Amino acid sequence: MGDAGGLVTSPDLLSVAGAAPPEPTTENHWLQVALAHKGISRRRFLGFASAMTALLALPAAMTPQIVNALETKKKPVVVWLEFQDCAGNTESMLRSSNPPIADIVLDALSLEYHETIMAGAGAAAEKVLSDHVAAGDIDILIVEGSIPTADGGVYCTIAGKTALQHLQEAAAASKLVIAVGACAWDGGFPRLGPTGAVGVGDVIGNKPLINLGGCPHNVANTTATIVHYLTFNSAPALDQYNRPLFAYGHLIHDQCERRANFDAGRFVEAWGDEGHRNGWCLYKMGCKGPQATYNCPIVRWNSGTSWPIGAGHGCIACASPRFWERMTPFYGRLPDVKMFGVDANAQTIGLGAIGVVSVATAVHAGSVIARKARGRRKAAVAPDGTVHPTPEPTPEPIPAAPSDGTGTSA
Amino acid sequence: MANVVIDPVTRIEGHLRIEAQVDGGKVSKAWSSGTMFRGMELILQGRDPREAWIWAQRICGVCTTVHAHTSVYAVENALGIEIPPNARLIRNLIAGAQHIQDHVIHFYHLHALDWVDVTGALKADPAATAKLAQSISTYGRSSETQFAAVKARVQKLVDSGQLSLMASGYWGHPAYLLPPEVDLLAVSHYLDALEWQREVIKIHSVLGGKNPHLQTYLVGGMASAVDPNSPNVINWERLAFIQERIKMMRAFVTDVYKPDVLAIAPLYKDWFGIGAGHKNYLSYGALQDGLQNDQAKFGFQRGIIANGDLTKVLPFDQQKVTEAIAHSYYTYTGSDTALHPYDGQTNPKYTGPTPPYESLNLGDSDQYSWLKAPRYDGMPMEVGPLARMLVAYGSGNTAVKGLVDGALHALGDVPAAALFSTLGRVAARMLETVYLLDLMDGWLAQLMTNMENGDLTIHDGSKWDPSTWPAEAEGWGFHEAPRGALGHWVKIKDQKIVNYQAVVPSTWNAGPRDEKGQTGPYEASLEGTPVADPTRPLELLRTIHSFDPCLACAVHVVDAKGQERVRVEVR
Repeated sequence: MGDAGGLVTSPDLLSVAGAAPPEPTTENHWLQVALAHKGISRRRFLGFASAMTALLALPAAMTPQIVNALETKKKPVVVWLEFQDCAGNTESMLRSSNPPIADIVLDALSLEYHETIMAGAGAAAEKVLSDHVAAGDIDILIVEGSIPTADGGVYCTIAGKTALQHLQEAAAASKLVIAVGACAWDGGFPRLGPTGAVGVGDVIGNKPLINLGGCPHNVANTTATIVHYLTFNSAPALDQYNRPLFAYGHLIHDQCERRANFDAGRFVEAWGDEGHRNGWCLYKMGCKGPQATYNCPIVRWNSGTSWPIGAGHGCIACASPRFWERMTPFYGRLPDVKMFGVDANAQTIGLGAIGVVSVATAVHAGSVIARKARGRRKAAVAPDGTVHPTPEPTPEPIPAAPSDGTGTSA
Repeated sequence: MANVVIDPVTRIEGHLRIEAQVDGGKVSKAWSSGTMFRGMELILQGRDPREAWIWAQRICGVCTTVHAHTSVYAVENALGIEIPPNARLIRNLIAGAQHIQDHVIHFYHLHALDWVDVTGALKADPAATAKLAQSISTYGRSSETQFAAVKARVQKLVDSGQLSLMASGYWGHPAYLLPPEVDLLAVSHYLDALEWQREVIKIHSVLGGKNPHLQTYLVGGMASAVDPNSPNVINWERLAFIQERIKMMRAFVTDVYKPDVLAIAPLYKDWFGIGAGHKNYLSYGALQDGLQNDQAKFGFQRGIIANGDLTKVLPFDQQKVTEAIAHSYYTYTGSDTALHPYDGQTNPKYTGPTPPYESLNLGDSDQYSWLKAPRYDGMPMEVGPLARMLVAYGSGNTAVKGLVDGALHALGDVPAAALFSTLGRVAARMLETVYLLDLMDGWLAQLMTNMENGDLTIHDGSKWDPSTWPAEAEGWGFHEAPRGALGHWVKIKDQKIVNYQAVVPSTWNAGPRDEKGQTGPYEASLEGTPVADPTRPLELLRTIHSFDPCLACAVHVVDAKGQERVRVEVR
């Protein structure tokens, strides 16, 4: 497993690769192994890996079959729908750097519909969408924002049609659906409001789905996922929430550059104190890193420039299920994260965070109406101010995208 | 008469629908409808005020940071906290970077395609384009080779038969007037700006951990610790990294954005006479250089310009703000007359057509939007870069006056009244970006000086512990977001939020009619707009986009449970 500032590796991937795995010299080790398994050379992989931080891309140094596909076949058709959103996931996509977003828009994929940046408007824009829905030729449907289901869906309409109708029609016309950001994944914060907001997986029936949570999604992970799908016609190994293990399989705490300070008992006690100025552990300031999984410490943000803990503030667990409910109050301290030498304790918490724990609010696919009545799941706050997150909800049985068999698919 | 519907209005944030009547080739009436609702403020009730900014920031990811910024100021105002100078400087650097990056993205990626015909670029001569580019700017990427490569790229896209994002534009529309070389120049800069924006916004990653949705605000200051001698926080190396990016901002704004606006605008000079609207402009003021409410030290001045009268700036009194709901999907308990935000209610009640629908109900008494209709002293107000530049101009801000007068001269000595227009908004947004460059340099220099002098304070922790708070407190936070005047109101009781409300720029601009039938700024500015082809309403998009709409911000709910309202004194 990874350690402070270490590598993200997946034991599952290692085991299926068969032969001795290549040296773990890159943060994209999981993919390196997977590619090696597919007979792709290390040299090609390095070129490939350098492009993994871009979104929706088939970079120039890709595998031969992809280069071939780009030159001779139709570009994959991508449709991006926005519902109860803030466009934060769109903005995150625009920060794609390698290859740049312009290469993607003009050369690699055909992003036919995306309200925030497409040239067309109104009827002209809707015709593009309805033509693809009629033809059933959408390769990848990306969804941003939650879907309001209360009161006939009047809380979000586009061209006079509800978000729910748009999504269900487009999903039926797509090979793969990807939910980006917390809201599209599990309803996000709108779930707590009066509009009956739900995530994509709640309303698309049996469509293959990959969830890329986070607030917003990290474009590096989205790119890696899409490249994997287009390269192998399958999703990377997924967890029980249909999230790629490479991105969501490991505790922030285990990968954190400040972990050594935690182990040594060096904590920030007040904002701006000596410990804060020395980059010590933020656990006592409410950091949720010990209970959150994500590769945020490794891929970081904005082409690897920084990440929240690196900039001095604790993690809010934005890539965890229902984090707005389970991880608040954000400045409350997590209980019982043991100190140096008791790593197993933190690990137990971690397994809780990614494992099957509870059926407290199990809801079933299709029973949207039943969901409207569900209660909020606030974390418990002890008298000493510590936050005791409720167990994670058991995910619904939404089919994952077809997996390449290298991991544990839901 | 023709009815025009644009839904979705694209190249904006959020979900906006425009309906218009066109008589004799011009818009006679227009309706602006927000078609999405989430309910953020309701969700904030009962929470720790110190974390309200984390939630409120999610009102919008395009206007990321601005709601976080305004939220912490509101809570600090309520608790009587003045933040340390370093925290204020870091907030200003974040805000300035947001404005500059956002305005450039707006011009090239959200607005330019209303003026630039991408297919026109295919007819351009790269050598002539290079000559033109070099005549207006010293920008490096202006060679014939550069423009030939861009042209080839567009050609390849067209030849592929899959036009991607460009598939559904109104290409070939008679309202496109640019010579092919200007089209090619603009397409080239569209691509360059995509690269530029992701590089310069790394200022946010350094100071805020990530963009979008920064994560280092704190009630009482910032969590971005500073120490010149520590490897793990804001040190000289990271400040130098920021300085480099401010230089990149200056280079692109002065060598590309400004010359492009000044080159394109005269080719559409009719649009200095279209799209004015009500000519009422409001700025809350922002970018403090001293205490939170020390107006003398604001980077953006506070005040009101009424009826296009630039000779006087009226003082702003927040008691005169009300929100009307006569044409919005809400009810007020008691009567439906407009209410001050403190007394406001939001009881959502949809009365529009049942989806799927072709047309909104637009009778005189019908509701047609999820936006309320904010009014100042009963008057609709436009907010945003134009409002800010006009208020600063009228207030005697010498830097702004120099920029505005210089631009009016460069555009052919047009009168200042020409700014009351669609193109006036475009020009003001650009001028504001230029204005902010010097402020950015100043804030960074000040932060460096403070650190050099050993001031490493970034947070006032005296009120961090909620047990130090009074049993009840209330406050108002304000900011000038890229799209205009933004206010958050908070009321705290027993260490929890009991009420929270945001009144947001695009609500001012995109709101519907009020109980007197007065139109909102979008609606008013569309009246009289020429429409060559009602099936391809390009001209309407020009005026709507000139406001830079943000609809996720604009729709808000306060209180569906009728809880007590905030009362705040303006200090």
